[in-house]
Amino acid sequence: MASFEPVLTRNFGVENIRSIDVYRAKGGYKAAETALRSMSPEQVVEVVTAANLRGRGGAGFPAGVKWSFLPKDRRITYLCVNADESEPGTFNNRALMEGDPHQVLEGILISGYATRTTTAYIYMRVEFHEQFHVLQKALDAAYAAGLFGRNILGTNFSMDCYIHRGAGAYVCGEETGLIESLEGKRGWPRIKPPFPAVEGLFRRPTVVNNVETLACVVHIIERGAEWFKSIGTANSAGPKLYTISGPVKRPGVYEAPLGLSCRELIFGDAYAQGMSDGKGVKGCIPGGLSVGVLTEQELDCKLDFDDVRKYGLLGLGTAGAIVIPSDADIRQVLMNVTRFYAHESCGQCTQCREGTSWMYKIAARIAIGAGRIEDLDLLIEVSQNMGMMGGLSICGLPDGAAYPIRTIVEKFRDEFERHIRAQEPGRAAEVLRRLNPAAYSLPILGQSRWVGVR
Amino acid sequence: MAWESLDRRTPVIEPNAPPVLSEAIRAKIRSFFPRYETKRAALLPALHVVQDALGHVSWQAMKEIAEVLEIPPAQVLDTISFYTHFWTHEKGRKVVVLCRSLSCQLLGADAVRQAIERQLKIGEHETTEDGAYSFVTEECLAACDHAPCLLINERLHKCVKPGDVPKLLADPNNDRVAMPRSELFDRPAGSAVESKGGA
Repeated sequence: MASFEPVLTRNFGVENIRSIDVYRAKGGYKAAETALRSMSPEQVVEVVTAANLRGRGGAGFPAGVKWSFLPKDRRITYLCVNADESEPGTFNNRALMEGDPHQVLEGILISGYATRTTTAYIYMRVEFHEQFHVLQKALDAAYAAGLFGRNILGTNFSMDCYIHRGAGAYVCGEETGLIESLEGKRGWPRIKPPFPAVEGLFRRPTVVNNVETLACVVHIIERGAEWFKSIGTANSAGPKLYTISGPVKRPGVYEAPLGLSCRELIFGDAYAQGMSDGKGVKGCIPGGLSVGVLTEQELDCKLDFDDVRKYGLLGLGTAGAIVIPSDADIRQVLMNVTRFYAHESCGQCTQCREGTSWMYKIAARIAIGAGRIEDLDLLIEVSQNMGMMGGLSICGLPDGAAYPIRTIVEKFRDEFERHIRAQEPGRAAEVLRRLNPAAYSLPILGQSRWVGVR
Repeated sequence: MAWESLDRRTPVIEPNAPPVLSEAIRAKIRSFFPRYETKRAALLPALHVVQDALGHVSWQAMKEIAEVLEIPPAQVLDTISFYTHFWTHEKGRKVVVLCRSLSCQLLGADAVRQAIERQLKIGEHETTEDGAYSFVTEECLAACDHAPCLLINERLHKCVKPGDVPKLLADPNNDRVAMPRSELFDRPAGSAVESKGGA
């Protein structure tokens, strides 16, 4: 690992890297020139497919394969760049856009060429104000240098690029939700098929890629597919930006080959350097909230696309780790997690809309000290029925909600039970009755009187 | 009564009210048209422009946006009601957005929230009496390495401690980023209701 040379973050911290001249002096836009002048779009797709570049946005779908789904006889193609980063614990796109904006633009240019894109839209979440100005300034400079617009770099390839700002919705990070939102509608994911590659934005062939995926493309063109595959593990090639937050000594963005272990990320000298204030680790959510939780004993899990599944997690996700310290109340963690999904469910599919809010109510009940042991089974049952069963919902949000909730309840069940047993007796029934008088004013079997409504 | 009924007889929009969107705002919205295949796709940019210029998007503004985009007003309402960023009623000149996601909570966002509420004397989704501040919480602001973080209009404040809050909120320049800016989404010159300030 010592020989690993960071590429995505190589320009981070370089003075004035946001200016196009500095970026060019560092060798920037060379890869774009190589691709546009000496390669055909099909060759670029081939190289990226050969490099086995898997999407960095969460699902891990190979980018080159996604591009090859585009119909051959298309006239208009759209490229949507997913910068709607809103998975809790994830901030690698933000780091890329403010740390090296031209690298992102170069990735867009090369990928746009490979997919013969006519217009690229960068869908950026609205909370990114500073990043918007940075990227828009960089984009203006790139336009002025002839890197976007008509006849780029003197070739007959033309592409426009615009930044489209979102308006605060997690579900717009889902590719079809993003497309709907770009069309000016509510960000409701679409039923697939047709997949965006066939019928996407404005019903044209569309490719949606994450910012980090596109940044990787630059280096694949520069150094070749073999170099890319030599990094990381067999099935998960390439460098990856790992982000870590929570009570650790050095939270931040770290570039490492795929397959870094979670323990190394938390305790490694090159990474977060351990917990702050001498706290212990209770658990770690290794890849953005939606993948699930690892306990302290499971920290040796390798963070790549395959190993995480052995620990009952959804996948690698965005590799944004949140460390839960030993003094955190797991009930509060569960409540925070369930609240997120209850707030962000778009409301199209019944089991997600109802399931997420139901689980939030249960978690809130447990958190205020009115839980019941059977609530834990109920949470698992709801999460089973809501996500995890394929094809039940339009998008992946209910799966993303089910995994963290189920893993937290299953892996920390002892702790929940300890808390519930320590509650004062009768508290649960009292709170429930107060919260929902109608349901609890029913006669109890074997008793002649009604349980009163107050 | 447990619920309030809406008065559907009084029109929300005055029949002869003067337009709220100035020609400059309309021109700015139209400048987004060439970017997209349909005019409806310019709706999100249009809502941003209007909210930045007028502070919030009123019913009348929605109707006028619909006119500019040549879509039914119901579609504007449909879209605007989905997104948390847009305000359909008056908000304060500065909006304090506190992150409430897991990283921030683990590092003490709850204490920061209490400090804000104590300082501004308002709860979540409320506006101070002088109209200076509104306070909301949001899901992850993607700055977990600087948790707990909060956003005041467009400026991100990192690693906020409860003790910093009074000073932070008293600072008049706590909402602007000093950096090379793009005017693309900024409000069009001379169009704004100046008394609103900020934006």
